Amino acid sequence: MASKQKNVTPEQQKYQQLQQKHEKQRPVLKNCIRAFFVGGLICVIGQAISYFYIYFFNFTEQNVGNPTVATMVFLSMILTGFGVYDRLGQFAGAGSAVPVTGFGNAVISAAIEHRTEGFVLGVGGNMFKLAGSVLLFGVFAAFVVALIRTLLSMWGVL
Amino acid sequence: MLAMFFWAFVIGGSICVIGQLLFDVAKLTPGHTLSLLVVAGAVLAGFGLYDPLVSFAGAGATIPITSFGNSLVNGALQDARNHGLIGVLTGMFQVTSSGVSAAIIFGFIGALLFKPKG
Repeated sequence: MASKQKNVTPEQQKYQQLQQKHEKQRPVLKNCIRAFFVGGLICVIGQAISYFYIYFFNFTEQNVGNPTVATMVFLSMILTGFGVYDRLGQFAGAGSAVPVTGFGNAVISAAIEHRTEGFVLGVGGNMFKLAGSVLLFGVFAAFVVALIRTLLSMWGVL
Repeated sequence: MLAMFFWAFVIGGSICVIGQLLFDVAKLTPGHTLSLLVVAGAVLAGFGLYDPLVSFAGAGATIPITSFGNSLVNGALQDARNHGLIGVLTGMFQVTSSGVSAAIIFGFIGALLFKPKG
């Protein structure tokens, strides 16, 4: 941000003010309500799938997240392929992006989008174009956190 | 059981509202928002705060992307307990393997089945 504000002529500054005045206000409250209901609903579906795995496949409440996430990603593939998920995303904003189905949607839509460039360089190379940052920062943050906790418990602090 | 569905709805919805506020108020891109949420999940897991949320809200805590950070930390810590420092690397994906492998496998199947629109 700071670099943007440097080196602006008075005219540019005036233009920026004009632009800010006419910029459409985002309906924050409406967006939040939509995100809450759609996000909550996706989690309820996830909860139903969790109970399915607990009762029929002998998972426990602690490790049931693993198969549930895989199933949700599968559903997200179907919905993304038929173009339903993108329409849902326009309506729900973060409500469809934050659940793990949104992560699946990011991978799968990138894979479908780039298939015209071939399967190796197109699909293979671009699959994690959008979701790669989530993997990178998730893994690196987890590495740092786990390293600190392990070292602390080795030194007998924890 | 009904209470579990209720809390999954409320907690899952609330995490999505936090994401929406990061979109709208903090004006972050979806990529920045999701990365931030994953890191937040990992940090909460480091303090041991995420697992109580999972047993309280079930899928409300395991379905949002924050649980990805939590599962990575849990896997790493589990193996670190058994094998020492190298366990941080070997255990990283132990708990959350299905999410990543499902995304890769179904992503490829999706690319085989569906054609891009527009």
